Amino acid sequence: MSTLALKKPRTPVRPARVLLHVVLATMALAWLAPLLWAVYAALRPYAETSEKGYVSWPDSLSLDNFTNAFEQSDMTHYFVNTMIIAVPAVLVTLFLSSMVAFYVSRFDFRLNLALLLVFTAGNLLPQQVIITPLYRLYLLVDLPGITMSGKLYDSALGLVLIHVAFQSGFCAFVLSNYMRSLPHELTEAALVDGASVWRMYWQIVLPLCKPAMAALGTLLSIWIYNDFFWALVLISTGENMPITSALNNLSGTYFTDPNLVAAGALLTAIPTLIVYFVLQRQFVSGLTLGANKG
Amino acid sequence: MTTDTPTKSPEAAPEPPPGTAPVTKRIPQGHKRLLTRRDRLTLGFMAGLPTILHVALVWVTALASILLAFTSWNGIGFDSIQWVGLENFKELFTNNPQFWPAVEHNVIWFVVLICIPTPLGLFLAVQLDKKIKFSRVYQTAFFLPVVLSMAVIGFVWQLVYNPDTGLINSVIGANKPGHYIDWIGDPNLNLWAILIAASWRHTGYMMILYLAGLKGVDPSLREASALDGASEWQTFKNVIFPVLRPTNTVVLVVTIIEALRAFDLVFVFNKGAEGTELLSILVTNNIIGESSRIGYGSAIAVVLLLISLVVIIPYLVSTFRKERRA
Repeated sequence: MSTLALKKPRTPVRPARVLLHVVLATMALAWLAPLLWAVYAALRPYAETSEKGYVSWPDSLSLDNFTNAFEQSDMTHYFVNTMIIAVPAVLVTLFLSSMVAFYVSRFDFRLNLALLLVFTAGNLLPQQVIITPLYRLYLLVDLPGITMSGKLYDSALGLVLIHVAFQSGFCAFVLSNYMRSLPHELTEAALVDGASVWRMYWQIVLPLCKPAMAALGTLLSIWIYNDFFWALVLISTGENMPITSALNNLSGTYFTDPNLVAAGALLTAIPTLIVYFVLQRQFVSGLTLGANKG
Repeated sequence: MTTDTPTKSPEAAPEPPPGTAPVTKRIPQGHKRLLTRRDRLTLGFMAGLPTILHVALVWVTALASILLAFTSWNGIGFDSIQWVGLENFKELFTNNPQFWPAVEHNVIWFVVLICIPTPLGLFLAVQLDKKIKFSRVYQTAFFLPVVLSMAVIGFVWQLVYNPDTGLINSVIGANKPGHYIDWIGDPNLNLWAILIAASWRHTGYMMILYLAGLKGVDPSLREASALDGASEWQTFKNVIFPVLRPTNTVVLVVTIIEALRAFDLVFVFNKGAEGTELLSILVTNNIIGESSRIGYGSAIAVVLLLISLVVIIPYLVSTFRKERRA
């Protein structure tokens, strides 16, 4: 956890501590149980489980369900769809929200508090508040030749736009708090030396925000990858779906084979889990950066 | 996790830390002369472009929801929009068999989240904050559900609750005719079944927020309390918990928002069938369902918006006030 922990002298084993470990270990196992259950179901052939029941010792364990789910549902294709949406969305969100944050945190214009409020409040709204007009708007906007569907509706571009608009609220808030903590002398000096505003942002402030940007980038990647709602409403063609809504279709097609659906769900979760385990620290600090506004 | 990274947010401390002090020392208005016209244009672009996008897609649409709520429109051409005043709301409040159950379920959702996973998350955070062995392992186990997509969580819990093949019924033998328990379809059970899944996820989220809050607690407070001979529980109750006030505020707001946003899990689980109606589900069904009544769907969205704003506005006003004072 923290490197600041002082090395304590070894204390003898206390019963209270042992009890605490027993409680925590039991709870942790209980928390992992549903996921382990899904893994177990996914590893067993459907024929065997339907014959012996799901709560039974396995005769055979194999990765067949995983390979079948992967191939039958054309998962690679949907994974690419998700990437086409998520990568630009994350990058553009970080870029735009860092510009807004720079503006409100470095300059004392009258507007900036109101501006920050608008951004932050916008991110806290439930998505369903705006979905009906948004859906109509997406159907109205014609983009012949730009998107496959010829509209904003049913296109990756449409999803990128709404992700950027929605998430930039949260990021602008977090980044502006972060930028405020940077010493003001940095930009003041640059301003007196006649550096342009863009240079201040691009060469002085932004490099200092790397840790916050990394944390937010991790968080956004996972959120956007996991998004289900926007894609459900704003994408209609199966071909264009990102992986989460494609999974929903898979389960509709193969609802009679829970083992296969379990394998599909777990496969969908794997990229998220990899990102989380590799960038655990960034993910958690991103989450708490946004929440700790004491 | 955050203490040993440079990502330490200056707001992580309960008291306004010295890091936020320069807020009042912004570039004074006099410095504006130092900005060339090009600089001003750049600044206008930097703030303008993101604002236009955000306002257009989030606030203009929210406003459109409000306006459309007073109309009847089938979505074909703009000239078919009829102004109907409060008709949609009248019908919603008096004539829609799903509306009041949905409101009730949203409220139950919030009450359950605040009463079960939130204290549980606090308990776990306090225990894991003691720097015990395997703390990282425990943390990962509890936090894992927060990382997963709600849709995936829905599928995983379907495997647990499936009345024929699920874990629970297989273990207790309730998948045979005669004593058959339908966790997903029974309107008296399914909401509680889903709430267990939602709580499972929410606990880890709350744990992380409280862990971050506890990191901001000054260690000397604990020491002083221990020197005075207070027990662990007394220390927590009289010293630590009061210091966690800002975290509690955030937790409360986050939980309310989560309860209002609840959608994915229910949709994947049983499409919001009888017993699990939520406001978010009603709005969405009006778009992707059979009936596409735009005005009516917007009226439900307005109810959702009003409830959200009652929470969001006071919270943000108090947050920004604190920042102003800092």
